[in-house]
Amino acid sequence: MTRVVVLGAGIVGAACARELARAGCAVTVVERGRPAAATTAHGEGNVLVSDKEPGPELELARLSRRLWPRVLAELPDAGAVEWEPKGGIVVATTEPGAAALRDLAAGQRAAGVAAAELDAAGLAAAEPHLTRDVAGAVHYPEDAQVQPAGAATALLAAAAAAGARLRTGCAVLGAVTRGGRITGVRTSAGIVEGDAFVNAAGPWSGEVAARLGVRLDVLPRRGEVLVTAPQPPTVFHKVYDAGYVGAVGSGAGELQASAVVESTRAGTILLGSSRRRVGFDDRLRPGVLSVIARRALRLFPSLAGVPVMRAYGGFRPYTADHLPVIGADPDLPGLWHATGHEGAGIGLSAGTAAVLRDLMLGREPETDAEPFRVDRPAVRPAARPGGGPG
Amino acid sequence: MSPRLVRAADDATGRRDVPLRITVDGVPLTGIEGQTIAGVLMASGRTSWRESPSGAPRGVFCGIGACFDCLVAVNGVPDVRACRRRARDGDEVATRSRAGRDAR
Repeated sequence: MTRVVVLGAGIVGAACARELARAGCAVTVVERGRPAAATTAHGEGNVLVSDKEPGPELELARLSRRLWPRVLAELPDAGAVEWEPKGGIVVATTEPGAAALRDLAAGQRAAGVAAAELDAAGLAAAEPHLTRDVAGAVHYPEDAQVQPAGAATALLAAAAAAGARLRTGCAVLGAVTRGGRITGVRTSAGIVEGDAFVNAAGPWSGEVAARLGVRLDVLPRRGEVLVTAPQPPTVFHKVYDAGYVGAVGSGAGELQASAVVESTRAGTILLGSSRRRVGFDDRLRPGVLSVIARRALRLFPSLAGVPVMRAYGGFRPYTADHLPVIGADPDLPGLWHATGHEGAGIGLSAGTAAVLRDLMLGREPETDAEPFRVDRPAVRPAARPGGGPG
Repeated sequence: MSPRLVRAADDATGRRDVPLRITVDGVPLTGIEGQTIAGVLMASGRTSWRESPSGAPRGVFCGIGACFDCLVAVNGVPDVRACRRRARDGDEVATRSRAGRDAR
């Protein structure tokens, strides 16, 4: 039986562990801290097709969206996932924004995404508390939401039911190699041996790769979310400003912010989102929180008197070309990567795990994995001539 | 009264109670000065006064102001944490904190 060691117990590691354990591998999940405690616990639980332009990431998102209901149907504790196929509504508040949104939606429709333009009456019926000052709106019925920590925990439980083992408090320190192949990882709790290793350490996967002796340019991109006091039903879809797609696609280091508003099953309303490249600096910035609140109020003016009960922030695993990294590492046989999903890892975990499983077992994945390969310049730049420090 | 209130006669601290009256959704309730609104509600036997969108009951969960599960409206001000607000004589408490908020 192939022994697979998954590095990271966030949602991507959990999903990979589940698929590989069910495929008959002997899986061990190695986690530095606690499961689902870092990036997975600090987002909004997005399972979106709406925010992706036509291309390989949209194809992975569509595959994931098809797989999620099947995964849920097989989970022992699917209720904890809080699956909400609520749909998304993207609004543009300017005429140029509305034109760009219509173009985006047309391209997505051509790629097979359900995306219907809403007129003013349709929008008011779908979101009665939303501002009427909207230049254009598109409804994406396939968008969904999960409670991400619950989802990751349920996936880990399913992996465990299929024989996987979880080792927490176990940080990767380095690689054990034999004949140029990785055969084990040295950890803070001893050596863990295996036939294959999956780097699913999210924003820390660049550091994990470096400890294993290879380069992988995955960087942290900070985001913050405000949480309101529980409210009666106020926001019925995932509602966000069309500027969000541009903020996701931007590579800029300075603050990118666009309104993302949605309610949770507990009644709280989540207000996002920000994007900053500040390394692993986890300090909350009141100025950033103010910008998020202001953008959200432009969409939902009636939230003005609602208390914000807390704010949290996290790190997304960012790659320069905004594509995840899924596949074998050509420079270290035995090592695989499943990372770099930026803010989309919750949704994309289902497709990522299926693609990785197929690649590892030598099968044809359901979507083309070539764009996600490890040795592309965006994540593994060619070594400089002369080999000087870069 | 309920098991959630130690009666003054049984209280080793020898406290002296000053009673107060509040209304909860129009129904009068008697409390003691110094109690929080959550304290008055629980002493009267109520352990939940709100529902999550899923229909699950909500009341005091943390009791220290962190979880926002015990929200009520007090004298017309919505989203007040019942565990953090001292009850005052004459307070009008509404448990549906924001029901019927108008669309804008």
